Amino acid sequence: MKLNKTHLVLAMMAVLATGCSSTDEEGSLADGSQSGADASTSGYNDGSMAGSQFGSGNGYNSGSGSNLGPEFSDPNNPLSKQVIYFELDSSQIKQEYVPVVAAHAQYLASHPNQHVILSGHADERGSSEYNIALGEQRAKSVERMMRSQGVTGGQLEIVSYGEEKPAVSGSGESAWQMNRRVEVGYQ
Amino acid sequence: MSLVIKTFFLGLLAALLSVAQAEGLTIEITKGSQTAVPIAIVPFAQQGSVGNVKLTDVISSDLAGSGFFKTLPEEDMLTQPSEPEKINFRDWQVLGQDYMVIGQVLGNGGSFNIQFHLFNVHNGQLLMGYKLTVGGNELRRAAHHISDLIYEKLTGRKGAFNTRIAYVTSAARGGGKQYMLQVADADGYNPRTIAESPEPIMAPAWSPDGAKIAYVSFHTKRSEIFVQTLATGQRQSVSSYPGINGAPAFSPDGSRLAITLSKDGSPDIYVLNLSNRNLTRLTSGLSIDTEPSWSADGGTIVFTSDQGGKPQLYTIPSSGGKATRLTFQGDYNARGRFSADGRSLAMVNGNGGRYRIAVMDMASRTVNVLSEGNLDESPSFAPNGSMILFAANKGGRSVLSVVSTDGAMQQKLDFQSGGVREPAWAP
Repeated sequence: MKLNKTHLVLAMMAVLATGCSSTDEEGSLADGSQSGADASTSGYNDGSMAGSQFGSGNGYNSGSGSNLGPEFSDPNNPLSKQVIYFELDSSQIKQEYVPVVAAHAQYLASHPNQHVILSGHADERGSSEYNIALGEQRAKSVERMMRSQGVTGGQLEIVSYGEEKPAVSGSGESAWQMNRRVEVGYQ
Repeated sequence: MSLVIKTFFLGLLAALLSVAQAEGLTIEITKGSQTAVPIAIVPFAQQGSVGNVKLTDVISSDLAGSGFFKTLPEEDMLTQPSEPEKINFRDWQVLGQDYMVIGQVLGNGGSFNIQFHLFNVHNGQLLMGYKLTVGGNELRRAAHHISDLIYEKLTGRKGAFNTRIAYVTSAARGGGKQYMLQVADADGYNPRTIAESPEPIMAPAWSPDGAKIAYVSFHTKRSEIFVQTLATGQRQSVSSYPGINGAPAFSPDGSRLAITLSKDGSPDIYVLNLSNRNLTRLTSGLSIDTEPSWSADGGTIVFTSDQGGKPQLYTIPSSGGKATRLTFQGDYNARGRFSADGRSLAMVNGNGGRYRIAVMDMASRTVNVLSEGNLDESPSFAPNGSMILFAANKGGRSVLSVVSTDGAMQQKLDFQSGGVREPAWAP
């Protein structure tokens, strides 16, 4: 017998759901009691549920590219910086990160088979779906700047995680400023 | 089935149950109402084996948590009658009670016979008598049902104690994180995991019949919207366009999803027909447009847009048309959610760096800030409109909170392990 996860979960839920019989309410009891109460007899039978597990098999690897050259680990080379940070509620690339984006753009333009994922992030403040949108705008700012410097669209992919994947946990500006970011992920 | 597999199953089941028990859920009423009605829930007399659920604890917790009632602590009761003729109403008048509930539970080998009576303490009038029979693992549900009956009798509004909530938990696992989409009773008990992934899961939204949940999963390292049927666990990918696939919201008839897509540039609101997968685009332009939610009649969609510079709420006809700005108070208003009767709209209101839950009265357009945190988000109305469930931050950890729609009462559902976010109250 070969078991897979779905079968297992279904079987467990079936075991858990056993004994979920329907309810029988006999309405009002004594004199003076209300008879109008809605004594539904539909029972509590929505208890049976089945779950499912997502594997992580069909995604990209998020490794930072072990086949990249030594310039990526040289702290004096802008290529060693693979995170671009942003101001609150802004997707504008700050002046200090323009050379960083330019260095990556130059590298990508001269390595047309190299792909990167630009993942956009936001700090935890505000609404989670709005922060998804904000993270995407940040990633698109970086994409636009790279495209204008000769990187082709096929080399770049964008994903926004909003506030879902903070780099630093905790609340307060010291954490938040590290979380408003775009990560340049070499594939 | 071999013995080995059987043993494995039992072991796994035991592990699952111990996890549920070790969940460490605490419910804490952080703000009580001044005008709550005093009610005594007298511990029910018990005969036979009645399991480990104390009905009256659940009922007391429900009623006190509603903000409408203040329950009498058991130790303050002079007597604990379980039959109407044994009640001395003067005892309860002296204790300042307005109402009292007495009852009995009879364990019947696998099922339970429960009966209870609700009295007006001032004149001794019997307001309700009720008898129900439930299965072995349904005692908590039976208690919530009794809470609903008492609540409706005394407030004239339907109770929402016997309902469910969905939410997403995240916890560290193996150097990374594990995200779990769970469904639980409205008080946080009986959690069941319906999907899990090492990548984020977001934005659970219930179908109007409560049979399905739409949500966003990043398990392919891209966003994708799924619709999952709870009874079978079967899930279907309904949107996997390039860019954002986010913020699903079922139309009131369940046939369509309002969603956010960025496939055509900036994030915009689309309506996805679930039977033929046709898309209708509702917004356009360079602004962020997201977080759609339907009005009760399905005619209007409220959404968040930064077309005026900062995020504010706008409405647009669900068939398409011109967007109208709805919110003007505060520098940040997002994630609007209509109450079931359409009279109120809950939202995240940002002002001076604090993000709190506010509610707009749609007739007068007045806005009341209800919650007291700094990082409150994801408001979701109870089906009866009396409470709003939302995500809050407590010492750097995300917890669920509930606030009454009048702001008088607030309580916290605290899951001790990891964070819990993105709550959605079932219809």
